[in-house]
This record gives sequence, structure tokens and C-alpha cells, in this order.
Amino acid sequence: MSIDKDTVKHISKLARISLDENKVESLSKDLTSIMKFIEKLNKLNTDNVKPLTSIVNASLKSRNDEIKDGKIREQILKNSPESNEEFFVVPKIIE
Amino acid sequence: MSNISDLSLTQIVNGIKKKDFTSEEVTKSFINNSKKSKKLNTYITECFEEAIKFAKNFDKKKDYNGLLSGVPIAVKDLFCTKNVKTTAGSKILHNFIPTYESTVTNKLWSQGAFLLGKLNCDEFAMGSSNETSFFGNVTNPYGEKLVPGGSSGGSASALAAGLTPATIGTDTGGSIRQPASFTGTVGLKPTYGRCSRWGIVAFASSLDQAGPMTRDVTDCALLLQAMSGYDNKDSTSANTKVNNFTSQLTEKVKGLKIGIPKEYRVENMPNDIDALWKKGIDYLKEAGAIIKNISLEHTMYALPAYYIVAPAEASSNLARYDGVKYGHRARGKNLIEMYENTRSEGFGNEVKRRILIGTYVLSSGYYDAYYLKAQKIRQLIKNDFDKAFNDVDAILTPSTPSSAFKIGDKSDDPVSMYLNDIFTVPVNLSGLPAISVPAGYDKNNLPLGLQLIGKPFDEQTILNLSLAIEKRANFKRNFKVWWC
Repeated sequence: MSIDKDTVKHISKLARISLDENKVESLSKDLTSIMKFIEKLNKLNTDNVKPLTSIVNASLKSRNDEIKDGKIREQILKNSPESNEEFFVVPKIIE
Repeated sequence: MSNISDLSLTQIVNGIKKKDFTSEEVTKSFINNSKKSKKLNTYITECFEEAIKFAKNFDKKKDYNGLLSGVPIAVKDLFCTKNVKTTAGSKILHNFIPTYESTVTNKLWSQGAFLLGKLNCDEFAMGSSNETSFFGNVTNPYGEKLVPGGSSGGSASALAAGLTPATIGTDTGGSIRQPASFTGTVGLKPTYGRCSRWGIVAFASSLDQAGPMTRDVTDCALLLQAMSGYDNKDSTSANTKVNNFTSQLTEKVKGLKIGIPKEYRVENMPNDIDALWKKGIDYLKEAGAIIKNISLEHTMYALPAYYIVAPAEASSNLARYDGVKYGHRARGKNLIEMYENTRSEGFGNEVKRRILIGTYVLSSGYYDAYYLKAQKIRQLIKNDFDKAFNDVDAILTPSTPSSAFKIGDKSDDPVSMYLNDIFTVPVNLSGLPAISVPAGYDKNNLPLGLQLIGKPFDEQTILNLSLAIEKRANFKRNFKVWWC
């Protein structure tokens, strides 16, 4: 499977990564070589194999939904690139 | 007194307890070495002043009850440290200051250790040479032009060069064991679930494990004990008893059965690696172990399966970096453009490649062909190990298919870089514990490691076998200090 330039642009859009036009070509080449490597797997028939779902033998535990920390709004907001009073600020989404 | 920084972690812990030296003296000794090591580029963040303050306070209080009382430790910059910048080697987190402490580092501090600094690593732990870090590549003490391996390259290099008495790394496909092998140090990836993943910047959640990196096997047992244990904040943390790895450490391995998998004899393997493997077999025979030839028939499919599973999980884990709540933000005309520009500026090339591969294999119409297929193959690889462990107690292989390579040698060809992890990846896919122990040198005088793979939660057996190898190999780090 080769990953052509249009596919590179499509998956970049899905992954929300903007791409310079001049990088599309080299990415297409790199991703194609990785996918070729991955496709060695097709040599193996796995029709009757159950997929692994967990390597831990225990089932996932649930815990009570309790607040054990919290009250650190100011500290959390300090890490944000832009904040206003109690809020994270993002570019306007509704005109 | 001889140089404190030449001592092992265990010797330092005991020396502080016996008052041979103070915690402050120990701390200053490592800081002194660290300050002269700029050319190695191991540190992203130095916490030297705070470390000295802590040490002075420790020397006043004299509480020797911890396993690591009074010991400064630098850690991989993938562990979140409260109020100390945590970057994961990425531009997108270059200014991130966590409001919480990872469980594993917290465990070290509760045993009396304290933070010396945060160590360089491949960006988001994606790499095998430490060349993908936003903060520049790390060099190997064994040569100015050599990579230290990766992704825990800063940790391995700092440890080997005597900048920290021990360190911790993370291992998703070999990121502890491969750099340990390249720098002549000991590195252990514990059983999946042995150490909590809480507070570690996530790469591939079903594969990631934190583990100890140390100068010798005895230190490795000590540090593993300090960092292991159940944590209800990690839903995959195992509620399994933690051994006293140190008190049960023994080189008596008589009668243990060791498997030698024929599939690990790969094409074009350098003679030196093959010779080292044979030497390892001889060491264990001499110690009374029984050698058995085994087959792990699906080994050749492990690496391609890994390069579906790991990027798929990474692409979802890294979706959180969007420039809103923390980290780097780029400008954009609207919200979507802001996301796209932030992620484009914030991530490096290798991280982008992996996010794109992950996005592709999970995208509509491809799930069955790739991700499901990989999980089926993962089951087959795990079955191979389960079957082998019916007959043997541990498996011996080389840690890596080569010794440390030159900076720039593989950075243009992602697949040739990935092949570095050919012996280490099957272990992560199967959740097993494995250790790399330095066992000799190649013809270029570069260190080589042997890997021992154990049954789930049987780190003790691979530690004991490693000790038996260590005693016989009598490995000495022999580089000249060129970076001061």
C-alpha cells in the first residue's frame, strides 16, 4: 500500500496537523516505506486467531467518583497559553 | 576519600547511613560532574539548588528509614514532577509545569530520595537514538559522535557518565534496555502493571512501563523495589505482592532452565553479538543453569505489529495536545486552524510520522486490516512465550542487534531506526519483564548487553540470572572522560 500525497493530506487533516506543501512529498515517501514494512503481516493467516484485548489478566476495576484533590484552578490556568478570569481562551468559534 | 560519584547506588545509600559522607557531599559530587557535562546534553532541567537545600535539610533531620535515604536522583523528563517543568522532550510541552507528581517518582521521594534534574529523551519517547528530542541530541560517553540509544538516552548517558547515582526511564519498545546496552549500564523493564503509569506522559498505554536504570544488578533490585507496587490511580496497575528483590537477590541459579530462541539469530547479525550471546550461555552453564533450545515462531512479526499498535495508541494519546489548556500554542484564524498550526509547530518529524501512521491505520475502513490484525498477531506472540515458559524459567537473547551507532547514521531512514528494537519489542507486546545487563565489548570497544526475559511478575529470576552473568563477565566501563 503506498500512501500518496492526497492520502497524506487527508490523514493530516484528520490528525489536525497542518502541513507545508513542500513536506508532503517526503512524508509520502516515509509513510509508504513504513507501511510496506508493516505489510509483512499479511503473509500470516490469522483468520482463526482471537485478537488480544488485554495483557493483564484482571478485569479493569472501577473506583468511587470522589474528588481527592481539586481547588487548584489558578495553578491549572497558569499553564494555559491564554486565560481570562476562570476560563481558557480560544479563538472565536461563533460569529 | 575516593570520588563519591564512582560508587554504586547501594554503596551510597549505605555510606550515608554509616555517616561515611553526608547527603550534601553526595549531592555536590554529582552536581559537580553534571555541571561539567554540557557536551553530553543530558539535562533538560537542572534542580541543583533545590537538591542541595533538600540534602542539607536531610543531613539535619537524619531520617535513614527509606530505601534511598539522602540520595539525589535525576529522572527521564517523561515523569511529571510537581512544580518542575516536564517537557517529554517536545516543543509542545516546553513550558508545561505539572500540578501533580507521578506515582513512581513519588515512591522514590517517599523512600528518602530527591530530584536532581530532568533528563533528555526522544520526543514523547519516540526514538531509538535520542535524536528526536526538541532539546537536541544526547551523546554517549563512549564517543563524541555516538548516540546513547533511546528513548531514555539522557538517562543512560547521565548514569554511565556519573552524573546521577541511578535513574528511571520508560520502555515502550526497548527504550530502557537498548540505551542501557549502548552505554554499558543495567536497565530493566518490569512486567506490565508492576509500576504505576500514573503521571507519566503517555505514549502507547498498553505497552508503556517505567523501570530502573542503574550501574549494576544489585542497584537495579533496590530501585525496582522502591518504584514497584499497586496504585489505584492506574487501572492497569497490578495488585500483586512486591518481593523484597534485594534480600532475595542471589547468583545461585543452579538448575534454572534457560531458553535460547533460534528466531533471534537474525540475518546480518554482527559476529561480536553472536559471540557475546555464546559467552552468556557459557556463563550461565558455568553457574549451573540448564540451556534449552526453544522456538518463538512469530518473532519476525513483532516489529511490524508494534508499528501498528504503538502509533495507533500514540495518535489517540497525543490528541490532547491542542494548544488550549497547556503547552505551546500557535496563532490561527479560527479554532481548527489554531489546533492545526499548534500541532504542526509543536511536534517534531518522528512524532508527526507516528501520529499520521496511527491515524491512517485507525481510519475508517482500515481498522480490521491493520489494528485488529496486529492485535491477533500480538496474541500469537504472547502464546509463543506462554508455551516457552512451560519448559523454561527465563530466556536469554542479545539486547540489541548492534552496538551504539553514529549520530545521523539512521535518522533519515525511519525503518532502519525501528530495526534497532527487534529483540526488545516482543517483550512489550507480551507484557513480560526483561533486563539488559552489560556483558562485554565489540571490536570497536563499545559495550554490548545481554537480555534476559522472565515470566510475568518474576523479575527476581531475571535479576538473579543477571547477577550470575555480571559476576562472570566482570564488565568495567572503560571510556575516557572527553566531555569536561
